Amino acid sequence: MSVARPEVAPPVEAAAAGITPRTILEWIGNLPLHVAIIGLTVAWIVPTVGLLVSSFRPLSAFATSGWWTALSPPFNFTLDNYQHILSTSNLGTSFFNSFMISIPATVIPATVAAFAAYAFSWMRFWGRDWIFLALVGLLAVPLQVTFIPILSMFTSLGLNGTFLGIWLAHTGYGLPFAIYLLANFFRALPADLFESAEIDGAGTLTVFFRIVLPLSVPALASLIIFQFLWVWNDLLVALIYLGGTPEVAPLTVTLANLVGSLGQGYQYLTAAAFLSMIVPLVVFFSLQRYFVRGILAGSVKG
Amino acid sequence: MDLGQLLTVQLPTLLAVVIGVPAVLAGYIVVGELLVRRLPDGAQPGVRPWIWVGPALVFIAIFLVYPVFGTVYRSLLGRDGSSFVALSNYGRVLGDSAVVTAIRDNIYWLLLYTLFALLFGLLMAVLSDRVRYETPVKSLIFMPMAISFTALAVIWKFMYSYQPPGEPQTGTLNAVLNGILHVQPITWIQDERVNNFALIAAAVWGITGFAMVILSASLKGIPGELLEAARVDGAGQITIFRRVILPLLMPTITVVATTLVIFALKAFDIVYVTTAGNFHTDVLANRMYKELYLAGNFANSSALAVILLIAVIPVLIFNLRQFRAVEGRR
Amino acid sequence: MASVTYDHVVKRYTPETTAVRDFNVEVADKEFMVLVGPSGCGKSTALRMLAGLESISEGQIRIGDRVVNNIAAKDRDIAMVFQSYALYPHMSVFDNMAFPLQMKRMPKADIDTRVRQASGILGLDNFLKRKPRALSGGQRQRVALGRAIVRHPQVFLLDEPLSNLDAKLRAQTRIELQKLHRDLETTFIYVTHDQVEAMTMGDRIAIMYDGVLQQVGTPDDIYDHPANRFVAGFIGSPTMNFVSVTLQNGTAKASGFEVNLPKSVEAQRGILGFRPEALTDRVQDGAAVEMKVDVVERLGSDQFLYGQSGGDAITARVDPRLKVAPGDSVRLGLDTRSLHLFDGETERALI
Repeated sequence: MSVARPEVAPPVEAAAAGITPRTILEWIGNLPLHVAIIGLTVAWIVPTVGLLVSSFRPLSAFATSGWWTALSPPFNFTLDNYQHILSTSNLGTSFFNSFMISIPATVIPATVAAFAAYAFSWMRFWGRDWIFLALVGLLAVPLQVTFIPILSMFTSLGLNGTFLGIWLAHTGYGLPFAIYLLANFFRALPADLFESAEIDGAGTLTVFFRIVLPLSVPALASLIIFQFLWVWNDLLVALIYLGGTPEVAPLTVTLANLVGSLGQGYQYLTAAAFLSMIVPLVVFFSLQRYFVRGILAGSVKG
Repeated sequence: MDLGQLLTVQLPTLLAVVIGVPAVLAGYIVVGELLVRRLPDGAQPGVRPWIWVGPALVFIAIFLVYPVFGTVYRSLLGRDGSSFVALSNYGRVLGDSAVVTAIRDNIYWLLLYTLFALLFGLLMAVLSDRVRYETPVKSLIFMPMAISFTALAVIWKFMYSYQPPGEPQTGTLNAVLNGILHVQPITWIQDERVNNFALIAAAVWGITGFAMVILSASLKGIPGELLEAARVDGAGQITIFRRVILPLLMPTITVVATTLVIFALKAFDIVYVTTAGNFHTDVLANRMYKELYLAGNFANSSALAVILLIAVIPVLIFNLRQFRAVEGRR
Repeated sequence: MASVTYDHVVKRYTPETTAVRDFNVEVADKEFMVLVGPSGCGKSTALRMLAGLESISEGQIRIGDRVVNNIAAKDRDIAMVFQSYALYPHMSVFDNMAFPLQMKRMPKADIDTRVRQASGILGLDNFLKRKPRALSGGQRQRVALGRAIVRHPQVFLLDEPLSNLDAKLRAQTRIELQKLHRDLETTFIYVTHDQVEAMTMGDRIAIMYDGVLQQVGTPDDIYDHPANRFVAGFIGSPTMNFVSVTLQNGTAKASGFEVNLPKSVEAQRGILGFRPEALTDRVQDGAAVEMKVDVVERLGSDQFLYGQSGGDAITARVDPRLKVAPGDSVRLGLDTRSLHLFDGETERALI
C-alpha cells in the first residue's frame, strides 16, 4: 500500500526465451516431477468428477457399474435425477433459504467488524491490546460450548427457528475472524496517510468513509466471500438454531436429511449434492484469490 | 415453494436487511460521533473508541463469552437444571463407553488428520512451486474447501460404495482394489477396522488445500538467494529441503499443525452425515449433539461441550504463541 | 506574520527518552530554514511538534504571535509535505489536491480555481485525472507539493521530500523548490539529513544532534565558523580533517607536523581541524605537512588525496593537474587562515 514506490522494472522472465532444445531437455529431466504432480492432481479431482458423472446416470446403471463406465460408449446420460430431486424434495426452497441465511449473516458481521476493526487499529483505548488478544483466542472456541445457553435465550425470545436468530448467531460467531482480518489490514495502511488527513482537517468519520474503506476493498471482499461460504456451507449451526423444519432449512440440512431418508434411491443424492455445490464452486472459481487471502489472513499474515 | 411469497415477503426482507443494517449501523456511528464531538477535546479520544467497538463487543459478549460461562455452569447442574451436582456429570459422561469410544476416535482424528493434511499440503506446496501450471494445480487441490462438509460426505459416500464380491464394484476405491489390485472389496463405512480412517481420509481431502495454501505462502517467503547460496555451496535438492527449507518453514508448520488439531477436535459434519456416529466412529462433537437433540440431556451435553473446550485450550495457547513467533519474524 | 518560534521546546517520550532538548530557534517570515542532522537527532520530531502531530512536553511554539501548543493540527494554518508523499492512492490528482479544501468546506468553484492554479505552477495540468500509481516519483512529489500549496498556508513544512528521488531528479527538484519558495513568498521549514541540501537550499541552517541544537546560521557562517566539532565534521564533503595536537607557545604540534596558530589559546591539548581544501601544493609560512598517499580520487574537476601524516589520517584537495600516485609522499602547505581548534569535544577556540 505504499504510495511512493520508486519505479522498479520487473525482472526479465528467463523463460520468456521460448522453446529451445535446452527447455525441452529440462522438461524431460523434470518428467517425474510433472508425472507426480499431474497424477496427484488427477487423483484429487476424481471424487468430485465421480459425483458429477454419477448425477447424470440413471438408477439402472447406478447399482450395476461404476461411474467411470459412463465415460465410454454407450453413454447413458440422463437428467432424470435432477428433475426428480428438484420436484420432489425441498431443494428449491432450501436453495433460497441458503441465500436468505447467508447474505445477511455476511453483511451484518462485515459491517460491525469494520467499525470495530478501525477502532482496534487506529484508536487508542484502555485495554485495547488485551481485548484484541482475547478476540483472537475466541477464534478457537468450539461452537458447541455456546449452543445451550443461546438456545435457551432464543427460546425465551421466540427466536428459535427464525432467520433473525441465526443471523444474529452467525454474526456473533463470525466477528472474531472478521475483526482480526480487517484489523490486520487496516493496521498496514501507511501512517502518514492518516497524518496527512489530520493536517488536512479530516475528522474520524471522513477518514473512515473516504480513505480507509475505499482502500480496504480487497480485504472487505476477502472477508465477505470467506464468511459467505462459511455460512452457506454450515450444517451444525443451522441444525441447532433452525431445527429441522423444511421451510427454513438451508441446502446443507436438506442434503443431510436426504442422505438419511433416500435409502435405496440414492442416485438422486448425487444430483442434490451437486446442486448444493454450484454456488460455492462458482464463487470459488471466480473469486478464488480473495478466498485464499481470507485463509491466509487467518493463520499467517498474508 | 411459493413464488408469490418469495417476491412479496422474502426478497424485500432480504433487501431490507442487506441495506438497512449497514445503514442503521452507519447512522449509529455518525450520531455517536456527533455526540462525542460535543465533549471537551481532551475527553474525546477516550470515549470515541467505545462507540466504534461497542456493537461488536455486545455481540461477542452475548454469543461467545456469556454462553461459555453459561455452559460451564450448566455442566455442573443435574439433568433437571436446578440441582447442583458438581462434577458428577463429568464422571458419568467419561464413564460412558460410548464417550470413551468417541474420545478414542477423536485421538485418531487428532493424529492422522493433522499428519496427513500436513504431509499432503507440504508435498503439494513444494511440488507445485516448481511448475509453471502451479495456479491451476493449487486451485484444484484447494477446491474441496469451497464445498460444504455435507456435500463432501456425499462425495465420499459414493467413493466408498460397496458391492458384494463378485459383483461389479460401483465405488471408486473398491473398484481399484478389486479390479486392479485384485483384493476383496471392503465395506469402508461399516467395517470398524477401517471406517474411522475412511472418514479421516475424506476430511483430509477437504482440508489439504488449507495447509497447502499457507505453507505455499510461507515457502515463497523464503528468499531465493538463500537457496541459490546453498546450491553454490554444493547442496543437492534433498539436502536443501531438509536443511534449509524445512527449518525455515517450521514455525508455519507448527501454526498449521495446531490449527489442524483444533479442527480435528471440532470434527462433526462428516461423521454426522456419513455414519451418525455409528459403527464406532463417533466423535465428541457428535455425542454432544446427540445428547442435546436426541436425548434432550442438557447436563451431559454441557459436560461434553466443556470437555471439548478444555481439550482445545492448551492447543490454542500453543497456537497463539507460535503465531506470534511467526509474526515477530516477519 | 508567519514567523515561527521555538521557545525552550522539549519533547520527552518517557522519563529516560528525550527526543528534543531545550530547542530555541526563531524563523523569520518568508525564510527558508533547514533543520539538518543525522538520523535520530530530533529534527523530524521538532517538525512534527510544529505540525501538531506530536505533543509538546515543555516550552512553546509560536506561529506569528499565536501560541499553537494546544491548537489542533488542522487549525494551525500549516501545510506539510511528507517524505513518502502520503497521497491518497484511490483518489485522482485533482481530488488529492482538492481534499484539504473540501475539509474546509470551500465552495466547489473556489476549490476548482485553487487546484488549477497550483497545478499550473507545478506543471500538473495534464495529470489531474490520473491516480498516484500512474505517476512517476517526481510527479507524485509535485502532487504532494500541490496539496500543500492549495491551502495557502502560513508555513510550509517539508519532511525529507527529496529522499525518495534518484540523484539526478533530486538535483533538479532542489532548484525547483528554491524557485517555488521565492514565488510563494512563504516561510519554509525543511528537514533533511543531507548536508548538501541544507547548504544549497537554506537561507539559514539549524543543525541538530542527539536532540540538541548545535548551531544556527547561514550556510557560509556555518561552513566557515562551525561552533563545535560535530558541526565542523557534519558540514562539508569530504569531511574536515581532525588531528590531535598539543599546544605550546602558540604552536600546535601534531604527530606528523607543526603549525603556528593565528591566535593564542589557553589549553594545552586539543583537536586541530582543517578542511581538505586548506592543504595546497604550495608551502607558505613554513606550515608544511608531509603526507603519505594511500588512495587518489580523481573527479575531473577535483583531486582528493587520502593518506597519513604521522599517525593521523588526513584528506587533501589538490589541483587536478598535480600528478600523484598511491604510495607517493607529497609535501603540502597548510593555510593557517582556515584553521579550527576544538577543545575535547565541547567547543572551538579559534577559527
